[in-house]
Amino acid sequence: MNEAPPRQLLVSPIKNGTVIDHITAGEALNVLKILGITGTTSERLSIATNVVSRDMRRKDIVKIENRELMTEEVDRIALIAPRATINIIREYRVVEKKGVEIPSVLIGVVRCPNPGCISNTDEPIESRFEVVEKGLRCYYCDNLITRDIARHII
Amino acid sequence: MYHIISILDFSREQIDALLEKARKIDKHIEIERSLEGKQVALLFFEPSTRTRMSFASAVSRLGGTTICVDSVEGSSIIKGETLADTVRVVSGYVDAIVLRHPKEGAARLASEFATVPVINAGDGAGQHPSQTLLDLYTIRQSMPLEGINVGLIGDLRYGRTAHSLAQALSHYHVNLFTIAPNGLELPETIQLELRDMGTDICECAEVQDVIRDLDVLYVTRLQRERFPDSATYVNVQQSYKVTPQLLSGVKDHLIVLHPLPRAGEIDPAVDSLPYARYFEQARNGIPVRMAMLREVMQ
Ligand SMILES: Nc1ncnc2c1ncn2[C@@H]1O[C@H](COP(=O)(O)OP(=O)(O)OP(=O)(O)O)[C@@H](O)[C@H]1O
Ligand SMILES: [Mg+2]
Ligand SMILES: [Zn+2]
Repeated sequence: MNEAPPRQLLVSPIKNGTVIDHITAGEALNVLKILGITGTTSERLSIATNVVSRDMRRKDIVKIENRELMTEEVDRIALIAPRATINIIREYRVVEKKGVEIPSVLIGVVRCPNPGCISNTDEPIESRFEVVEKGLRCYYCDNLITRDIARHII
Repeated sequence: MYHIISILDFSREQIDALLEKARKIDKHIEIERSLEGKQVALLFFEPSTRTRMSFASAVSRLGGTTICVDSVEGSSIIKGETLADTVRVVSGYVDAIVLRHPKEGAARLASEFATVPVINAGDGAGQHPSQTLLDLYTIRQSMPLEGINVGLIGDLRYGRTAHSLAQALSHYHVNLFTIAPNGLELPETIQLELRDMGTDICECAEVQDVIRDLDVLYVTRLQRERFPDSATYVNVQQSYKVTPQLLSGVKDHLIVLHPLPRAGEIDPAVDSLPYARYFEQARNGIPVRMAMLREVMQ
């Protein structure tokens, strides 16, 4: 009989910050991109990809120290990681846990792939997409993005 | 404030109301002078003589005056300025703006910054609601829109007039028959949307196969630049040409429409047949644009 290994944290615990758990396997870096966290920002990050999870087979996890993400910023990741859970950590403890919800409108998140679209010019506007059943629809040119949404993230 | 940007913003009831208004104006049942003392800017960042002339005519028939800025002048007046700024400035001069622009979504953007109503007179390969409304108006002159059989022939991939017409017709449970050369078929996403809205779509190889079932044949322009070489273009053009022979044995009330200008898709010998309605269709641009202007100005 296999004995389950003792439950342990894959990466070292953080005192305060945010853990984004249950990210669709392989999407951790895109999640960071959507959150605007890049190599040049100062947050201390740990990323685990393709880890085995009890309920999802494989998943990615991102831990961000000393930053508590807000609902509006986090909902944008629902596009590529609909099952993600956001855990707010204080004093090593999970004090808040929430899922992500796909927002109905995305402003400034995705670039319109239509080169003829007015949102790709120097007009004083941000890109704007309506989230519809089949994907994302550009508010300006009606272009529909149905797949590979991550590729269009600004 | 009310703008007219895209046919997709219209409900069936709104389309019906606008077409009915156009009919009353057309038949002189209602005398409209709703633009008396008003001025409309025709901002044309892209040449389009017909659309511009017919809007100008519509404004003056409603008692209003126009200021026109065409692409040549426009490029110097508006040099280096964003459309957003132009529209804010021009809003201070006039009571409404009719905008033609090469970028898709330009009219939507203009409506966000304008302080007067904006009518989209075509934004690049995007929406051109007055064209769609006059297409619908022309069909409705001959028959009720509900449940009719409509053939769309030509470049259905890039031909946005056909897309918009199909989308508008989806309110009326029509049956669509699409006839397009290889590679120029109606895009998948549009087909899905139309089917979702309850439109039956039948892709047909040959127009001959369906012509006798049609109530409307909507012909679109085949553009030379969509084809790899002249020979292919000429070939396709010949096999998609609407001729008197093609029209033998069709329903008596069939109407043939084309947004014009045509480039050989319709044999001039068709012009004198009772089915030809494309010049009537062009003329209908006046009452339809009058109804649109009145709608945004009230
Ligand atoms: N102090 C901490 N530092 C780093 N990661 C933490 C810390 N506390 C919890 N985590 C991680 O946050 C996630 C949520 O923790 P929790 O204890 O709620 O686990 P769980 O019961 O498996 O939650 P769930 O039901 O959402 O899967 C887990 O991935 C866990 O490893
Ligand atoms: Mg867990
Ligand atoms: Zn767009």
